[in-house]
Amino acid sequence: MTSTTPPLLSVQGLHVAFPGRRGAADARAVDGVDLDIRRGEIVALVGESGCGKTTLARSLLGLVEPTGGRVTFDGSPLARSGRALKEYRRRAQLVLQDPSGSLNPRHTVYDIVAEGLRIHGHPGDERAAVAEALSRAGLRPPERFFLRYPHELSGGQRQRVVIAGALVLEPELLVADEPVASLDASVRGEILALLLRLRTDLGLAALVVTHDLGLAWNIADRVAVMYLGRIVETGPVEQVLTAPRHPYTQALLSVLPEAPGTPVVLTGEPPDPSFIPSGCRFHVRCQVLAGGAAERAGVADACRHEDPAVLSGGDRAQVACHWARARTEEPAAGTGDGATVRPG
Amino acid sequence: MSLLEVRGLEVTYAGGAAAVRGVDLSLDAGEKLGIAGESGCGKSTLARALLRLLPPGARTGGEILLDGEDVLTMKWGRLRAVRWAGASIVFQGAMHSLNAVHRVGDQIAEPVLLHRRATQAAARKRAGELLEQVGLPASRASAYPHELSGGQRQRVMIAMALACDPRLIVADEPTTALDVMIQAQILRLIEGLVDEQNVGLIMISHDLAVLADTCDRLAVMYAGRVVEEGPARQVHDDARHPYGRALSEAFPTIGDPASRFAPRGLPGDPPDPAAVPSGCAFHPRCPVALDVCATEDQALRAAGARRRAACVHVGSGDGETPRGAEGSGTSGGAAANDGVRSSTP
Repeated sequence: MTSTTPPLLSVQGLHVAFPGRRGAADARAVDGVDLDIRRGEIVALVGESGCGKTTLARSLLGLVEPTGGRVTFDGSPLARSGRALKEYRRRAQLVLQDPSGSLNPRHTVYDIVAEGLRIHGHPGDERAAVAEALSRAGLRPPERFFLRYPHELSGGQRQRVVIAGALVLEPELLVADEPVASLDASVRGEILALLLRLRTDLGLAALVVTHDLGLAWNIADRVAVMYLGRIVETGPVEQVLTAPRHPYTQALLSVLPEAPGTPVVLTGEPPDPSFIPSGCRFHVRCQVLAGGAAERAGVADACRHEDPAVLSGGDRAQVACHWARARTEEPAAGTGDGATVRPG
Repeated sequence: MSLLEVRGLEVTYAGGAAAVRGVDLSLDAGEKLGIAGESGCGKSTLARALLRLLPPGARTGGEILLDGEDVLTMKWGRLRAVRWAGASIVFQGAMHSLNAVHRVGDQIAEPVLLHRRATQAAARKRAGELLEQVGLPASRASAYPHELSGGQRQRVMIAMALACDPRLIVADEPTTALDVMIQAQILRLIEGLVDEQNVGLIMISHDLAVLADTCDRLAVMYAGRVVEEGPARQVHDDARHPYGRALSEAFPTIGDPASRFAPRGLPGDPPDPAAVPSGCAFHPRCPVALDVCATEDQALRAAGARRRAACVHVGSGDGETPRGAEGSGTSGGAAANDGVRSSTP
C-alpha cells in the first residue's frame, strides 16, 4: 500500500447528474470526485443520505452511467458494455445493504451462490467452488446450507450468503453498500470481522459505503467524507476521525453519542443536489463561517464565492475547506502536508 | 407512586412465541428509561403491551400500572381515554405510521378533536402550535407525508404523541432510520420536551450508546427478559452482564485503540422467541458461560448500587464478571436456583 504502486481502482473527475423533471435543474448527485483504492486496502466512503455516496458506488460498477470523468480498473478504463464489462463485473463485486431484498426467495443458497459461476461459465468444479465460498463467508459446514432457502436463515446468515455469492468469483474488489446497517448489533461485529479477514486472507480491496463512522474506525484504512456530491475530507482513518479538519467532519463526529466536547448540531437537512450552493458547497450550514471564525481567518469571502478544488484521489490527508487550509497554511489542493499516519 | 410500574409482564403470541417472559420496570415522571436489545428480544412487544396494542390472540400476564391503574384489565372506554392522553407512542418508521393520504396537520389534530372535544378551529390551532414545538413551521400542517423528509416526518410523529399532553411517551426506535445529524436533532428535541413537560419517557433502541447519552436509566433485554438494569452511564461503560457488555462494545468509540481493526460481535444469532434456549437464554452465545448456565435460569440480582444483572457471575463475589473465564459447574449464585422469573428485589 505504498503510493508508488498503481491503484487497483482509480476514479478521476467523476460526475453523475440525473436530469431534472419538468425543466428543473439537473440533480448533480456526484459532482467531481477523485478516488483511488489500492489492492488490499479498505476505504470507507461516509456521508449522510442524499450525499451521493451510493450513486458513486453504483457508477464504479457500471450500474449508473457517469456524465463525466473516468474510472480505471487495474490500469484500463472501465468498459461500458460487452465482454470487457462482464469480465470487470467478475473482478469487482457489489454487496448490498439489505440481504432480504437482494436474495431470491425461491432459490436455494446453493443456487444463489452458484449463479455467478454459471453466468461467467466457471470451468472447474462448481460444487467445490460454492462450498469454498460459503465456508470463507463463515457458513460452516457449507453442505448444511446448500439446500436452505433465504427465509430459513437469520439476518446475519443471509448477509453471509450475499458475501459468499460475491466471493465465489474470486473478485479483487468488493463494493459494499451499508453492509451491516440492517443487522443486529451483536451480529454486526462478526460481519465486519469477516470483511477484515477477507482482506488479510485474500488481499481483497474494499470500498465500504456507510453513514456509520464507527464502522470506518472498526475496519477501514482510509476514509473519504462526502457532502453533496463531493469528497470534502479524506485521509487515513486515525487522522481524519481523531483530528478532523473540515467543519462538516467535525460536526459529524461531535454528535456521536460518546464524542467529547460540545456537540455541533447542524440545523436543517442536507441541501438538494439540484441546487448546490455556490462557493464552498457547505458554507450555508457551516458552523465555522456562521460563528465568525472564517471571517477572522480572512477566508469568509472565499467560502461564499470560491469553490475549494476537487481533492486528488491519493492516500494523502486532504481537506476541501478554505478555513482549514488557512489554519495550516496549506497553499492549495494538490500540495500541502503529506504527513500521514499510516495505519498499523 | 411511580408513573409506571410494570410487574411480571408476560406476553405470548398466538403462535406460541414467548416474546416477553417476566419483566419488571418502574418509571417516575420526568424520568427517562432506555430499553436496549436486538430484534426479537421483546422490546417492541413490551412497548405495544404498555398501551395494549398487541395483535388479537396475544396472551398477557402480570400488571402494567399507569398512575396506579392496570392497563391490562382496563375497560375499553377507559383504555381509549388513556391512549393519547395518558400515554402515547412514537413508532419507528414514520413513513409507514403516518397516513399517506391525509395532511399531517389533520393527523395531528385528530386526537385533539377526539379526546379534547375541541372545535375544528381550535384543533387546527393546536396542531400548528405542536408543529412549532417540534421545530417545524406551522405552515407545514398542509403538507402530505411524502412531501416531508424522514427527519421531518419523525418530528410530526412526535408532535402527534404530544397532542394530548400525555404523562408517558414511549418512543420505539425513534431515530433508527435517520442520519447521524438528524438523529442528533431528534434526540435533542425529545430530551428538551421531556425536561420541559415533566413527562416520563421510555426509549427503545438497539444502540446502547444513544440510550446512555439520552436516558437516566437503562434496561438491557435479551430473549424476553431484562438481563441488566441500572444507571445509564454505568450500564454502558461497565456492564455486568456479558450480553450488556457485548452490546456496548458493538458500536466502537472512535479514537479507542482497542477497537481499531477489531470489530467485536457475538457468535450466533439472537434466539427465536418460539424456541428460547433452556437455562439462561444467553448461554449458547455467552463467552463466560458455566455448565450450570445451560440448565439453571438466572434471575436478576443486585449488582452494585441501584444495579441489577441476571448472570451467574454476579452477586457471588464483588459483582465483577470474569472475562473469558472457563470453569466447571459451581453454584455461582444461590439466587439462581429458584428457577422462577425475575422478581423485584
